Amino acid sequence: MTLAVDVHDLVKRYGKRTVVDRFSLSIEQGRICGFLGPNGSGKTTTLRMICGLLTPDGGTGRCLGHDLVRERDAIKRQTGYMTQRFGLYEDLTIRENLEFVGRVYDLDRLAERVDQSLDRLGLATRQHQLAGALSGGWKQRLALAACVLHEPKLLLLDEPTAGVDPKARRAFWDEIHGYAAQGITVLVSTHYMDEAERCHEIAYIAYGELMARGTAAEIVQQSGLIAFVAGGPGADRLAVRLRDAAGVTAAAAFGATLHVCGPDRDALLAAIAPYRGDPSLNWEEAEPTLEDIFIHLMSKARDNVVDA
Amino acid sequence: MIAKEVVQLRRDRLTFAMMFVLPIAQLLLFGYAIDADPHRLPTAILQADQSQITRTIVSALANTGYMRFTHRPASEAEANALLESGEVQFVVTIPSDFTRRLVRGERAQVLIDTDATDPMAAANPLAAAGPAINQALARDFVGPLAPLRDKAEAVDLVLQRRYNPEGKSRLNIVPGLLAVILTMTMVMMTALAVTRERERGTMENLLAMPVRPIEVMIGKIVPYIAIGAVQVMVILLVSWLLFGVGVQGSLTLFCLGTALFITANLAIGYTISTLTQNQLQAMQASFFMMLPSILLSGFMFPFRGMPQWAQWLGEILPATHFMRIVRGLMLKGAGFGSISAELAALLAILLIVSIVAISRYRVTLD
Repeated sequence: MTLAVDVHDLVKRYGKRTVVDRFSLSIEQGRICGFLGPNGSGKTTTLRMICGLLTPDGGTGRCLGHDLVRERDAIKRQTGYMTQRFGLYEDLTIRENLEFVGRVYDLDRLAERVDQSLDRLGLATRQHQLAGALSGGWKQRLALAACVLHEPKLLLLDEPTAGVDPKARRAFWDEIHGYAAQGITVLVSTHYMDEAERCHEIAYIAYGELMARGTAAEIVQQSGLIAFVAGGPGADRLAVRLRDAAGVTAAAAFGATLHVCGPDRDALLAAIAPYRGDPSLNWEEAEPTLEDIFIHLMSKARDNVVDA
Repeated sequence: MIAKEVVQLRRDRLTFAMMFVLPIAQLLLFGYAIDADPHRLPTAILQADQSQITRTIVSALANTGYMRFTHRPASEAEANALLESGEVQFVVTIPSDFTRRLVRGERAQVLIDTDATDPMAAANPLAAAGPAINQALARDFVGPLAPLRDKAEAVDLVLQRRYNPEGKSRLNIVPGLLAVILTMTMVMMTALAVTRERERGTMENLLAMPVRPIEVMIGKIVPYIAIGAVQVMVILLVSWLLFGVGVQGSLTLFCLGTALFITANLAIGYTISTLTQNQLQAMQASFFMMLPSILLSGFMFPFRGMPQWAQWLGEILPATHFMRIVRGLMLKGAGFGSISAELAALLAILLIVSIVAISRYRVTLD
């Protein structure tokens, strides 16, 4: 087993604020690890520390076998980092952007590689268009193509599919799985639950701390969360009333059905008891979804912050 | 809308500070430094005749306040070299037979050679020299020399405006403009280079790739050297066609000096862009660089007429050295010897600025 990413106790502070607090993570080579967490939880900061863009204030780590701080250049050469904001040049054409990236990495057979990359993207016919003229989905795919042009061993993708339509997202994820099959390790941050489920494993971070780690199934199992689903007329309306009830961490309407969950079975049962007698509703115990768990983890993390 | 702009302006601390500090700094700086009627200009004296009368003449010239005798060259050649390199503004020559001829009532000459590349610096001192000499000598003409007092001008003051005999300001301004225009465009172009990457969000991507700081710097500078070269050619062509000002000295030296100057300015611009956070700040910083380059470099006002501290400040500016090189080459036909110090100064500025830029360039986002 080779670890592509192996970092321990990473800390990053901005002034007095600790953005990342004793964060440890290891990812095996060839795995796709989904990096989840609420906005401002330190995902981007962590990714930047892993690829050498930020110097950690504490902790140690190795990335592709190289020291995080001392061998920054070696890491950069073998890592592809895709920024959250489109980071290529809008006033260069698609081809010129790829050629620029290729030259920075000092690649041989540059024209050939760029041609291949354009073919794979399906952008060969539009290669002389300005990158700025591309739609959001295409920009993201171009950015990914630029990231992998130098055949990195590790891909760090920072919310690569934010604001991209489902079809383009699916295409994007198919590509990511293709790269993983080639042995490339991928760490990808996202807010989409369906994407989280497409990852081999998940790391959940909140307020700078790692809260959960494992495959989607493992996380569901370990969460200890109980969930109930109610169907029937008006079930979805109950969400508002149940949301603040004791023992309920989350109550949400999904279409016409209601989804309630809480960490303690008895407390949750007590909370829903007044509505269980309603003959028009049909209640069923269900497996908590990843979203349930993340919302639960988030509130737990916030409690920790308040306690501290 | 107004409120929003004011709030945004206040958020940008550096810009805010610059808006208040810069005008004050510049007012103080230029208010004290600039003197359109420069005094105490460095003067070389070639005195082959020592007598009571020549001593009176020398002290009379010094007493005008315009001349300060800094050099005593041994020969005419040495005096010419001082004038060519711009170390002195005037050379006063008193011939060996001066006193003898004066006593005999013959034509006795005092020669003042002026570096007239800057006609403004020379005008007032020369106007004051004649009356001062005659007034002072009147007191010496006693006893047997008394008859000389009645002669209208016992001493014949010969003035030579070197390099620009007609005293045309245009001849001085055209080469100076070259320096100012290049400073303006070159500093600004690279000053925006890195801040633009930062504002467009491409900097993070660039930093994530294995580019070395020196590569970024060279990449940002080299294309603009070509643009600078085109600018120089255009300015030279126009000034030759319209004003008849061409390069008198070696063209190779001219190219060397210009290339150094352009690169130094680009490096300064690049340094500014590593020190500032956005394009607005970079623009302001380049303007801050530009005003002294116009006012303290000897372009608008005689360099030697400024107080010593302002001259030191001026020496830091590439424009000052380039101005001397260009005036030397275009008007004086100067050789390598008299401008080598200026070339070395440009090179030193380039090196120091580059080191600052490289050390300030951050390979991380910290």
